[in-house]
Amino acid sequence: MSFRNGNAAVVLEDGRMFNGVSFGADRDAEGEVVFTTSMTGYQEVATDPSFRGQIVCMTYPIIGNYGVTHDDEQSRQPWISGMIVRDYNDVPSNWRSERSLAAYFRAHDIPAISGVDTRALTRHIRTIGAMRGLLVASVDGRSPEALRERARNAWSPSDANVVADVSSDEQRVVGSGDLHVVLLDCGVKENILESLRRRGVHVTVVPFDTPIEDIRALKPDGVLTSPGPGDPENADPAIETVRAVVDDGVPYLGVCLGHQLLALAIGASTSKLKFGHRGGNHPVMDLESGRVYVTAQNHGYQVDSGSVPTGDGWRVSQVNLNDGSVEGLAHAELPIFSVQYHPEGSPGPQDNQYVFDRFLDLLRDRKRRGEGERV
Amino acid sequence: MSDRIQRVLVIGSGPIVIGQAAEFDYAGTQACRALREEGIETILVNSNPATIMTDEDVADVVYVEPLIPEVLRRIILREKPDGLLPTLGGQTALNLAVQLSEMGILDQYNVKLLGTPLDAIRKAEDRELFKNLLGEIDEPVVESAIINSLGDARDFVETSPLPLIVRPAYTLGGTGGGVARTLQELDDIVSGGLAASPIHQVLLERSLLGWKEIEYEVIRDGADNVITVCNMENLDPMGVHTGDSIVVAPSQTLSDREYQMLRSSAIKIIRALGIEGGCNVQYALDPDSFQYYVIEVNPRVSRSSALASKATGYPIARVAAKIAIGKRLDEIRNSVTEQTTAAFEPALDYCVVKLPRWPFDKFRRADRTLGTQMKATGEVMAIDRSFAAALQKAVRSLETDAPDLLWENPAWSDPERLALDVRVASDERLWALAASLRRGANECDVSRQSGVDRWFIRELEQIVAMERRISENEVDDALLWQSKRLGFSDAQIAKLTGREESDVREQRYRAGITPVYKMVDTCAAEFEAATPYYYSTYEEENEAEPLPGPKAVVIGSGPIRIGQGIEFDYCSVQAAHALDAAGTRSIMINSNPETVSTDFDTSDRLYFESLDAESVGEILRHEGGGVDDQVPVILQFGGQTAINLASPLSRRGVPVLGSSVDTIDLAEDRERFEAFLTRIGIPQPPGTAVTTLEAALEAADKLGYPILVRPSYVLGGRAMEVVHSADFLARYLASSVDFRRGFPILIDQYLEGKEVEVDAISDGVDVLIPGIMEHIERAGVHSGDSYAVYPGLNLFPTEVQRIVEYTTRIALEMKVIGLVNIQYVIHSGRLYVLEVNPRGSRTVPFLSKATGVPIIEIATHAMLGKSLREQGYSGGLAARQPLVAVKAPVFSMAKLRGVEPNLGPEMKSTGEAMGIDREFPSAFYKALLASGLSLNARSSIMVSLADRDKPDSLPMIEQLIRMGCRVYATEGTAQMIERAGMPVQMVTKRIGQGSPDMLDVILDGIVHGVINTPGPAEKEVLDGFQIRRAAVEKGIPCITSIDTARAVVEAMRQSAGAYTVQPLPLYRSKVSVSY
Ligand SMILES: Nc1ncnc2c1ncn2[C@@H]1O[C@H](COP(=O)(O)OP(=O)(O)O)[C@@H](O)[C@H]1O
Ligand SMILES: Nc1ncnc2c1ncn2[C@@H]1O[C@H](COP(=O)(O)OP(=O)(O)O)[C@@H](O)[C@H]1O
Ligand SMILES: [Mg+2]
Ligand SMILES: [Mg+2]
Repeated sequence: MSFRNGNAAVVLEDGRMFNGVSFGADRDAEGEVVFTTSMTGYQEVATDPSFRGQIVCMTYPIIGNYGVTHDDEQSRQPWISGMIVRDYNDVPSNWRSERSLAAYFRAHDIPAISGVDTRALTRHIRTIGAMRGLLVASVDGRSPEALRERARNAWSPSDANVVADVSSDEQRVVGSGDLHVVLLDCGVKENILESLRRRGVHVTVVPFDTPIEDIRALKPDGVLTSPGPGDPENADPAIETVRAVVDDGVPYLGVCLGHQLLALAIGASTSKLKFGHRGGNHPVMDLESGRVYVTAQNHGYQVDSGSVPTGDGWRVSQVNLNDGSVEGLAHAELPIFSVQYHPEGSPGPQDNQYVFDRFLDLLRDRKRRGEGERV
Repeated sequence: MSDRIQRVLVIGSGPIVIGQAAEFDYAGTQACRALREEGIETILVNSNPATIMTDEDVADVVYVEPLIPEVLRRIILREKPDGLLPTLGGQTALNLAVQLSEMGILDQYNVKLLGTPLDAIRKAEDRELFKNLLGEIDEPVVESAIINSLGDARDFVETSPLPLIVRPAYTLGGTGGGVARTLQELDDIVSGGLAASPIHQVLLERSLLGWKEIEYEVIRDGADNVITVCNMENLDPMGVHTGDSIVVAPSQTLSDREYQMLRSSAIKIIRALGIEGGCNVQYALDPDSFQYYVIEVNPRVSRSSALASKATGYPIARVAAKIAIGKRLDEIRNSVTEQTTAAFEPALDYCVVKLPRWPFDKFRRADRTLGTQMKATGEVMAIDRSFAAALQKAVRSLETDAPDLLWENPAWSDPERLALDVRVASDERLWALAASLRRGANECDVSRQSGVDRWFIRELEQIVAMERRISENEVDDALLWQSKRLGFSDAQIAKLTGREESDVREQRYRAGITPVYKMVDTCAAEFEAATPYYYSTYEEENEAEPLPGPKAVVIGSGPIRIGQGIEFDYCSVQAAHALDAAGTRSIMINSNPETVSTDFDTSDRLYFESLDAESVGEILRHEGGGVDDQVPVILQFGGQTAINLASPLSRRGVPVLGSSVDTIDLAEDRERFEAFLTRIGIPQPPGTAVTTLEAALEAADKLGYPILVRPSYVLGGRAMEVVHSADFLARYLASSVDFRRGFPILIDQYLEGKEVEVDAISDGVDVLIPGIMEHIERAGVHSGDSYAVYPGLNLFPTEVQRIVEYTTRIALEMKVIGLVNIQYVIHSGRLYVLEVNPRGSRTVPFLSKATGVPIIEIATHAMLGKSLREQGYSGGLAARQPLVAVKAPVFSMAKLRGVEPNLGPEMKSTGEAMGIDREFPSAFYKALLASGLSLNARSSIMVSLADRDKPDSLPMIEQLIRMGCRVYATEGTAQMIERAGMPVQMVTKRIGQGSPDMLDVILDGIVHGVINTPGPAEKEVLDGFQIRRAAVEKGIPCITSIDTARAVVEAMRQSAGAYTVQPLPLYRSKVSVSY
């Protein structure tokens, strides 16, 4: 029924094709097709480095309503390969809006498609799993076969060390205060920095491949490894860096990818989830307190709970109530822990800001006990 | 949970009034089921018989008793519950629980208050405590003053300028509140508010008119785990009560920053309050900054939480009930996905729009402007994948004379008037917005003038633009597809193109354009879900594979409105259960989010859809595998809404279960019906249809006054009235829109006499009459507004015989299969048929509860072809139960400024209460208690009677005085009483001249009740109107029929305040112990 179809399309690795209307850059894009269930925050999604290389399907159908504003950018640029929505709104209404999402995407050369049966697409991914795909701004005069062929061989972020793409390439200092945190930037989000700044922390943001010596030289009170895109196993040399930090016994907080890197560093393993956890409504239980927290998540890989070296004092501290997957790691003595979710939200709940407090408390009483000097 | 709770008392919300409707039957029913799952015994009390929660299979013990402390005390004494669940029965249950605890009753019988602790409730409900609490946790509240007198109000305006918002404490639906723009308004509203507030406290508040109004539904468990179910944005900005606002879920104009800011605040507040269960937090958000204020918190399930439950699939009441008995969120299963737990936040992948349903079609004279006091009687909800489509569906679901956004008020030909209706919120504003856009108004201007966010106006503009495209272009398949995706109905497209609706439909089918059905699964498809809850949309993938095996569709009754209330939802739900019992899959279609029928586990499958011919037809076709004549439909339980679908559906070839479409038509078509009754020799009031004044006057003279007039076809304009004289008749006709447009007016002889009503079940061979109901008021007061008594106590055996015989003959001759409702009047010894309704009626739940006959169940089985005999019943009048049951009407007049409280042939009540006991006086007394109409002896009463009522009212007045009542009366009535040598205090009708005048004694709280029967003369009507409004506004009983008055006084005398309290079924057994 051709009259139904716009001339833009999403073509999946397995040959399934969805049609719609292009509202972004007028070009094709390859990537991994995933969905997020966040109902607000499309701009935060677009600029979250962890989405690097992904074509993101927004399950919430009405997108663009409140426009785009510089304030809400979570990094220096949008990282998604493309966006798929059901009902795009081109005339935003919000006091902070600077321009429409379409204008923003065109300015950053990112293709986007609207009018797609995003629920059908989501159900497909849920059943078969996240997969390679191709976003086509215009199918006119192109053969479906050729498009499917390209989708099959589409580039995917799990093929490469995408952390290198998103990490900052030189050091910078953010905020000030008596506590000093080195932040290993694998794709940090603005609101993580903001959350530390607000708490009066002196943060040195360093590239993901900064040698451990340089980090030691900075004499940090603690190290935080940020979230980031792709397969943690591709994130050399960050894994070694984290291993060294752990050996030093420096207080450590791993967030998302930083959590997965900690797992790899201590000899645990990671694996790919069928379609990942992406959204702002994932329930996580803290196994110590029994308390449940609503968390923001964005990851395609998980830490295999069986692989955690409990012998060496490591334990799974938090789990996901939906699928039981590992959401946090902690150590019996060492001032080291990590969370799989995003305590900074953005998009998503701010309920887990306590994670930053917990981390900074570790730093403080360690400082008080003068152990800070050992490093 | 230390000592495990085993028996829980659940309090319902009583009669339906504006601000407290079916949502609490939904909440209470869910709660009882949830507690049962946990192996807890439930004791339920509610005075409203038209509720599923009072069905004997929902709770372990059911009481249909007045919701007053004394009754609750006696129930507690008898049942010894160890827990009381007060947060699911609305404001009524909440206030009752507070009273019980303050009276020490809960401690005395050590009943634990479950869920939210009392002091949390107080902190949330008491505006002052609430303000202080928010101060402590530095959440912003708008400047305000709590005042307890007019004087304080005057002082406050000195410091903070008008307009001011007046909000009484502990009231529902904003009763007694309002926006004061002038000092005069301030005085009026404040005194009203002080009267409305049970603790005589109102809040004066700085105005936030025009700010965004946002709500969050939040749930907290005893372990301090908190989740938000969803947020909702009001399309109408601050100043229009959320219950009267167009509401959309989730919010549309909030960025993540704003969304999370308010969400975090809501979580902080529910924690600070220490609520254990659900609550609703309302915010005002500045459209131009991050500034916000907390408006209020409802520490209980509410209208909004019912809406949120239906909008997300998250069963708030169920979860709240489990939390109340100590469960943690992560210990409660998510009954939708059946994999995850209740400890998560729903993710929506659709948009939900709620539209309120107002009673202004019934109350033409009411003030239609919307403010901080709720006026809607009900609401509809629609789901789709875009706002525009959901909005247009919702409009269709309303069932008003504006079937779509194309409707325009003729007065809008005047631009001034249109501009006004854009500026001032009223029930017509949505259409006014569309109309001005249609006339090319600029989006930004319309947004500025109306205060409605630009984003929503933009969506309306898209709809209007599509209207243009449709009417200006040849509608090809592509355009058709696009318009359907925007939510245009076939009828709408037909109107715009001058085609036939069926023609548009045919084009759709040829092009393969039919809706698909998607699931409401709480998780945006992230997990596989088990829920059978669907909505339609025009998209690629369908998720609702037609149900296999035998199945039938039950048509619900849509939004709650005057004349079509929760009774019909009761019928629909019972029908679904009956179908299941018969091994037939039940498919429910309804558009009302407040009800039990739209709970996803009431039927085998729920389609949340409009009840217009197109939406229903498409579902039937879909379930029929693409053909129309496969799946049968049940039209008898959805009130007039379902009946109206009979002919359009049958034209599509849809099979109708039970009475045929022809039978329905026979009852509905006046001429056919007349001929029919004449043929079978059953009398009806003589009458005729006229189209000219002359013919009318002539007919009236022939019939003799008083006569009863009504339009044969209601376009609006004034409906049914009793007319006593020629000049009144002339005035009626002059003011009738229909008449002026040349539609005939029906004139019937008004037969004064006893009105009787029956519901009957027929299988085509036998006709079972569960019971006969006799009205207290003579015919002329609408059956829905009169007190009905089971069994007919004052009927002669011959009359009963005649009623049974007529009913049986009519049912059989009409070939009724299933239910029929008949109203009779006994006029000078002769029985006349007033009306035959070929469907379940308002009285079915009342009669079922009184007689114990499962009327809907039997009728449904009969429709499926199982005879009454096979079901173990026989024809004729069912054995009389050893009890008397009285149905009392309940009104919401106080909420509707300008409405005439006087009762007539047009229905005005919004709800009903049931009083049941061994004898009439105590049953009637309980009905009065339950409907809040009880006058105690030794109170002061004002009497003002029409001449025709004066003579035979003396015994009643004497009785009042003997009981120790102080009687005030207007001139004429007073003289009569004096002449009869009884003490009376005369008050003058001449307002202002001579004190006290008739209004003083009411407004100054001197009298506790008013008996006023209007005479025919216009002056009398006007005087009476003032009296009646004053009483209504003052919130004191106002009786407008001499029949009611007599019965009330009699009941007070005979019962002397004594009555039985026991579980409903016990009244039906001869032996019973009362407490
Ligand atoms: N300060 C205010 N300025 C303007 N409108 C207000 C203000 N406070 C309340 N309102 C309006 O009045 C309505 C009813 O107020 P609310 O306190 O929610 O009463 P209720 O208890 O009946 O819900 C709100 O929905 C809001 O639209
Ligand atoms: N001819 C009549 N004489 C006296 N009362 C009447 C007559 N016709 C109707 N009524 C009164 O008007 C009420 C409403 O009339 P009815 O035909 O039942 O309308 P509805 O369809 O609203 O129920 C009845 O309940 C009855 O009290
Ligand atoms: Mg409110
Ligand atoms: Mg009637």
